[in-house]
Amino acid sequence: MATLLNIPGSASAALDTPFVIGGRGFRSRLLVGTGKYASNETMVQAIEASGAEIVTVAVRRVNLDRTREEGILYHLDPTRYFLLANTAGCYTTEDAIRYARLGRAAGFNEYIKLEVIGDKETLLPDTAGLIDATRTLSAEGFRVMAYTNDDLITALRLEDAGVSAVMPLASPIGSGLGLLNPYSIRTIKHRLTVPVIVDAGVGTASDACVTMEQGVDGVLMNTALAAATDPVRMAWAMRAAMDAGRLAYLAGRMPRREVAVPSSPTEGLLE
Amino acid sequence: MLNWPHPTMFPAMSELTVRSATIAPVVNGEPRRLQAGTTVGDLLRELSLDPQLVVVEHNRTILRDRTTFDALPLATGDTIEIVHFVGGG
Repeated sequence: MATLLNIPGSASAALDTPFVIGGRGFRSRLLVGTGKYASNETMVQAIEASGAEIVTVAVRRVNLDRTREEGILYHLDPTRYFLLANTAGCYTTEDAIRYARLGRAAGFNEYIKLEVIGDKETLLPDTAGLIDATRTLSAEGFRVMAYTNDDLITALRLEDAGVSAVMPLASPIGSGLGLLNPYSIRTIKHRLTVPVIVDAGVGTASDACVTMEQGVDGVLMNTALAAATDPVRMAWAMRAAMDAGRLAYLAGRMPRREVAVPSSPTEGLLE
Repeated sequence: MLNWPHPTMFPAMSELTVRSATIAPVVNGEPRRLQAGTTVGDLLRELSLDPQLVVVEHNRTILRDRTTFDALPLATGDTIEIVHFVGGG
């Protein structure tokens, strides 16, 4: 395993099928956000440590009375990372479409992390609005990665509407509650053809590991890194957890038993 | 000697002159007084913004071709949104 761990990107990648979204291959199954870091320096170091290739960004007005440079492109090299614009903060289909178009006009790629939020308190998605926005944006050539509930029927409708990936939540955005419904996530993964990337709710490394053990294609996280006491260490932990979970899934776990089965021989015991 | 027409004698006219020399588009939600003839490109230069690092929406239409920035003069009542990428999840 020592040689496997020396492979750049991810240890599991060497024993795995390629990670492809919308016809493009990516090195890392860990996707990270860029929000809420205490400093840009810490953000850059944490992203570097995570090994992530896909990095999400938000579209916002330029602050015209700015005292410091808040644009992410002053801190993050767009030739090193794949910038995935989101539509965070959008509560209607129309707003989400507008933000997606603005994000694409920045000129990096056709991918959009589509969010249509339905409720301010829980930040749970408006799934009807999400499906509508997906239909419009897919027709415009976007590669839509849709942030959604852990609901199979919505996931199937999103696939019909032309998503490139569905991104069901583990638990609410920024909650750190971990994977609340492994059964739903497994069901979605079994039934869909497009990649399933769990987005939101992962709090610590074990959450990421358990999530990957369900067989999903990837995990997107932000607050778990940004709000850790040491984001760079947590990024390393997440990277290892993603590999561990993916490898464990590919390896296939032993069956669960309700009774003990001895590991040592029952023969040859002393009289 | 009296200057003719002295501005104080015709306040309304002088105000009219000033108005026609400037425009007041709304930029990122704030009304902004600019010289008449100011283009999108001029506005970005005045704000010290790199055109490659922002996206401009003019009256709800995204200006996808940045080479048009210098050819598009702004007018009173125009709505300009200048956006960029910031940290987000």
